[in-house]
Amino acid sequence: MALQGARDVYTRRNEGVSIWVAASVDITASSPDEKDQLFDPAADKVYRHPTFYEVPEGVEHL
Amino acid sequence: VNDELVGYVLQLGDDALVLSQRLAEWCTHAPEIEEDIALANIALDLLGQARNLLSYAGELEGTGRGEDELAYSRDEREFRNVLLVEQPNGDFAVTIVRQLLFSAYQVELYARLGRSKDGMLAGISAKAAKEVAYHLDHAREWTLRLGDGTDESHGKAQVALDRLWPYTHELFEPDRLVALLPGTAIDPVELREPWLRRVSSMLSEATLEQPADDWRPSGGRAGRHTEAMGYLIAELQHLHRSHPGVAW
Repeated sequence: MALQGARDVYTRRNEGVSIWVAASVDITASSPDEKDQLFDPAADKVYRHPTFYEVPEGVEHL
Repeated sequence: VNDELVGYVLQLGDDALVLSQRLAEWCTHAPEIEEDIALANIALDLLGQARNLLSYAGELEGTGRGEDELAYSRDEREFRNVLLVEQPNGDFAVTIVRQLLFSAYQVELYARLGRSKDGMLAGISAKAAKEVAYHLDHAREWTLRLGDGTDESHGKAQVALDRLWPYTHELFEPDRLVALLPGTAIDPVELREPWLRRVSSMLSEATLEQPADDWRPSGGRAGRHTEAMGYLIAELQHLHRSHPGVAW
């Protein structure tokens, strides 16, 4: 059921190639309380996005 | 110009810059790829702190020196970082224990400095507090695995701790600048007790023995560094000194 539900909801637009199902009790997740320390530090580090390279003309398959 | 504030901000900035440079040495050399990226990430967080702090120090100084001049054009004796952060990486245990000891200090420092009456320092600190909380978590998890791991990892972690512990005393030495900056700067002496509580519990959890307090090497805040510092500065500044003003 979960597999089929996930297929119907999340792969409609061709996003999926594989679906995994796990019982929620088996998932170790970060606490919402740790949100700031886990995710905020990345907010101002734009240089990590690979958008600063100019692709020369004529380069294919990129 | 508020020379005391410039000096205080430089101390904080130099601590972050020098440890960042040390951690960056691990890039492509860490024991596994996740750790390679993690150490580089921590280095980049510290570099971000250093940039904010050195830029602010330059602004306060008002002589036109920016973050780059302060990082790349000062000589070794002008750096005000504590000796702990310049200590060589050694093996992985040394790097992790150094991070645990220093991040625990930064957690206590930035929590308080976030309430500084200097708005800029408070802002920089509030942002850095989130970063160093993660650095400490990361170091703690590894300390636990090394200390409470195999006989070999335990031995290496204990050797690292014994080697680095003496350098922690300098973090909490009375600072003459702080007395001149009431409400703005944090007295490092006050940080020792909460730091020790935090570190002691992490060490005992990792089955490591807290070393005795005896030797207390010092002098970093006055610009007197250990032998390792010269090599670090040479590598940090080589490009800028060879090609002044070079742009990426």
